[in-house]
Amino acid sequence: METLAMHISNGIIDGPVAAIFAALALAALTACVLRGRRDLDDRLAPMAGLVAAFIFAVQMLNFPIFTAGVSGHLLGGALAAMLVGPWVGALCVSVVLVVQALIFGDGGVAMLGLNITNMALIGTAAAYVLIAVLLRVLPRTRAGLAVTAFVAATLSVVVASQGFVLEYWLGGTTDLGNNLTGLAGTMAGVHLLIGIGEGLITATTVLTVAKVRPDLVYALRSLRAPATPAVPVAGGVR
Amino acid sequence: MGAGHGHVLYRESDSPVHRLPPEVKIVAMVVFTIAVVATPRTAFWAFGAYAVLVAAVAALARVGPRWLLSRALIELPFVLFAVALPFLGSGERVDVWGLRLSEDGLHGAWNILAKGTLGVLASLLLAATTSTRDLIVGLDRLHCPQVLTQIATFMLRYLDVLVGEARRMRVARISRGDDPRFLWQLRGFAAGIGALFLRAFERGERVYLAMVSRGYTGRMPAVWQGDGAASVGQWLVAATVPVLAASIAATALVLT
Repeated sequence: METLAMHISNGIIDGPVAAIFAALALAALTACVLRGRRDLDDRLAPMAGLVAAFIFAVQMLNFPIFTAGVSGHLLGGALAAMLVGPWVGALCVSVVLVVQALIFGDGGVAMLGLNITNMALIGTAAAYVLIAVLLRVLPRTRAGLAVTAFVAATLSVVVASQGFVLEYWLGGTTDLGNNLTGLAGTMAGVHLLIGIGEGLITATTVLTVAKVRPDLVYALRSLRAPATPAVPVAGGVR
Repeated sequence: MGAGHGHVLYRESDSPVHRLPPEVKIVAMVVFTIAVVATPRTAFWAFGAYAVLVAAVAALARVGPRWLLSRALIELPFVLFAVALPFLGSGERVDVWGLRLSEDGLHGAWNILAKGTLGVLASLLLAATTSTRDLIVGLDRLHCPQVLTQIATFMLRYLDVLVGEARRMRVARISRGDDPRFLWQLRGFAAGIGALFLRAFERGERVYLAMVSRGYTGRMPAVWQGDGAASVGQWLVAATVPVLAASIAATALVLT
């Protein structure tokens, strides 16, 4: 049940560990800002905002996994990595988390470093590595793209959930003793289910976008040579 | 379109807290939360003092306790985690109402409950007194990188649109005989989500290009930058709450 929201709230992990992860997240985000600035052109800027808004909105719409009231939501790391790339993608998820913590109270402000590390950094990085490998291995068809999106999303959620286990092992405020492996198992199990849901949604979304506007999928850019320069249609034409 | 000025949690008012510049409120809220988290969990009196501080600010901001408490339910999932801790925790056991509970687990549960609730209440107060536009202006004035404020601006601008669009699409699905329940709604939900994303993107792209053609360079107009930035006096006024919280935390650290 603890895995419902995946946003760590204040007091679950102790202060020093939270501070270490906050420093880690800050350093990683600085790198993302520096790299992301180069990526952010006229096409990616509104896309990044929309990916963030989309992740924010979809995180509000929980979908049920069991009738018992356990529900999960998209983390969005894989979707962001797919559509806007790893750097801007991590920034998008971070912005979502910061705003949620600041004005919705979802996830403690003091735990922001931990939440960003899990969902924005680990989730997006894991997803992007998988995407990069799978897109090269799998055939370049719609099915290949769908499988890539599905696998990257599913596994990135499970990997991100293990970030919480690592943090809890380092600085959990309550010693669970041998129950820690149990926690790891529960987290992995529940998040596999959430991940499958996320995988389906990510795959469908990416496929729809790739079908109508393939130029918008960041992950496909590097494979398309030579890259056509981004020339946005003048506003109001369409 | 009326979206983008406030948000669901914003409470229109003219209280002293509402009038404070956003950057001051953000800093105060973050420092307050860190002070709460740094407090040892056995210093029960300190949490009472924090609650009094929150109540005082809420009264000053004219935010009612009923509104605050009903919105605080967002932390429910983690409360459930807290309830499980006394049973899962290791170490010494104590008898409570005939149940053998872990003492460490009980403290842990209290820790999560108290610190989580105070954190949620503090951010709800910030949300109730700060519009989303002000929040971004505040972050900008705190020298948050422009890439981030830009993403945040777009995110907040399209949030209401997206949610409204999603609701309309859901109603449309139901009215066509869909019965969204359990696992079977996933397919319809996911198929709809692709369309939702594209619709929103095309709209967002048009708006973005319109903004660019009117001189938008990734930063909000200078009007919002120049005047209204916090004065020294306002910083001092807003500092009272975090300074009080920090001294409570320091006292609690010394005493325990």
